[in-house]
Amino acid sequence: MNVMNFLNYLISGISLGSIYAIIALGYTMVYGIAKMLNFAHGDVIMVGAYICFFVMSGLSSAALPPFAAPILGTLVAMVVCTVLGVVIERLAYKPLRQAPSLAVLITAIGVSYFLQNAAQLLWTSSPKYFTSVVGNAQLTLFDGRLTISAVTLLTIAVCIIIMLALTTFTNKTKMGKAMRACSEDKGAAQLMGIDVNRTISVTFAIGSALAAVAGVLFMSAYPSLTPTTGSMPGIKAFTAAVFGGIGSIPGALLGGLLLGIIETFARAYISTELSTAIVFAVLIVVLLVKPAGLLGKTVREKV
Amino acid sequence: MLKVNDINVYYGAIHAIKGVSFEVNDGEIVTLIGANGAGKSTTLQTISGLLHTRTGSIEFMGKNIVGVPPHKVVAHGLAQVPEGRRVFLQMTVEENLEMGAYTRPNSEIEAGIADVYQRFPRLQERRRQIAGTLSGGEQQMLAMGRALMSKPKLLMLDEPSMGLAPILVEQIFDIIRELNRAGVTILLVEQNAQMALSIAHRGYVLETGKIVATGSGEELLEDEAVKKAYLGG
Repeated sequence: MNVMNFLNYLISGISLGSIYAIIALGYTMVYGIAKMLNFAHGDVIMVGAYICFFVMSGLSSAALPPFAAPILGTLVAMVVCTVLGVVIERLAYKPLRQAPSLAVLITAIGVSYFLQNAAQLLWTSSPKYFTSVVGNAQLTLFDGRLTISAVTLLTIAVCIIIMLALTTFTNKTKMGKAMRACSEDKGAAQLMGIDVNRTISVTFAIGSALAAVAGVLFMSAYPSLTPTTGSMPGIKAFTAAVFGGIGSIPGALLGGLLLGIIETFARAYISTELSTAIVFAVLIVVLLVKPAGLLGKTVREKV
Repeated sequence: MLKVNDINVYYGAIHAIKGVSFEVNDGEIVTLIGANGAGKSTTLQTISGLLHTRTGSIEFMGKNIVGVPPHKVVAHGLAQVPEGRRVFLQMTVEENLEMGAYTRPNSEIEAGIADVYQRFPRLQERRRQIAGTLSGGEQQMLAMGRALMSKPKLLMLDEPSMGLAPILVEQIFDIIRELNRAGVTILLVEQNAQMALSIAHRGYVLETGKIVATGSGEELLEDEAVKKAYLGG
């Protein structure tokens, strides 16, 4: 086994895993608070990627300082996705707050197909070629035996920043603490004066803004953009969230990273075709041994 | 202060509260006693806005609060310590108290926490601990401290003695009396009728969703029917 290759795979695995982790945060936070699986989350990624794509190509001929177009594109994508996430929650999920969870699940799948088909109608199904937000710059180490692309480094850095920011938010701010309170006991949270509906909206807003970021990073690494682009990373990130323990923010990070690394190694050392199957096989084994996921909490209540 | 007038609450087809009316005056300790399933907790949850009445009114300080969402009821000065305490088990003691002050301006929180620690020194010792690691009695204190953080005019307590050792029950009831002396009006729901009636100014007996008796604490303690049904003889 070549050490440099191994390192290379490991770093790409961490980078891919970072994207899964950022998406998984959206699933896990929404699940933690609204106790629902938002299967439309993956498609919000796709919408974010399209928005960023259009902003960047619209600005391509303008004389702007370097990186102005990608930064602007990402910001606009985040704003649009935030609004989209909040609107989806308000129109599709909020009326079902008291409904059985199966009804909510089916609705989420419906929203997912709605977004995919709306995107197809608006932007056609022919793939768009997404230009990486940081170009093709590379970092070369060990006399050229190890090259790491700028996208890879950017992805890992962004993931670290998001994790730190989110941890600070949930532990230090009033809204963040209210979110934790709601995820534990909505009734008691209401008795404290916490507006549960507003807290759920904020959760969707944060998750969807992160989905936009993940979309931009994912497309920078895998540039072919179509209306169904979001579904595969979406479903894998959902797997990562379950893997790490759904509802847990550190679990989303751990699950995402492990999933990315396992997938990359499986592709490199075992089989490209089987890599996805191997990922899901690992998930099944983990859930057999630890049904709550790696960092999932088994709820114990004192009466 | 609180005037509940002819409320009817249903769980689906089950008629849980059948035309209940009662009132709590400023400065009183009023208790609702009754057996399991009589509708005591349902009544409190309806006052807090978590459940809805189909008829009647609930007036708090002269304002009808029927239909006010639960997170806004607190801001009116009406706090509830729910049955089973329901502290946030994965949050620290101090974070639980901060949540209690959710409707208060940030500038008041520090002083509020200091007040609670003065009343419950145990909580100060454990301020950085996760609430799930507290004993049942400590969790009850935390639940009460948390409710006090909202500076309530009326504090509703749902089964504060539940699951606690007799010595702790005494302690909790002492605290309730102290709070009342400090100016907090109390509405106390209890299965432990003996304890509840001994500290209450007035009481109501609830039976399968209806009020069947009322009187001062002493009167109800002496009432033959109440004695027979709730005081073990």
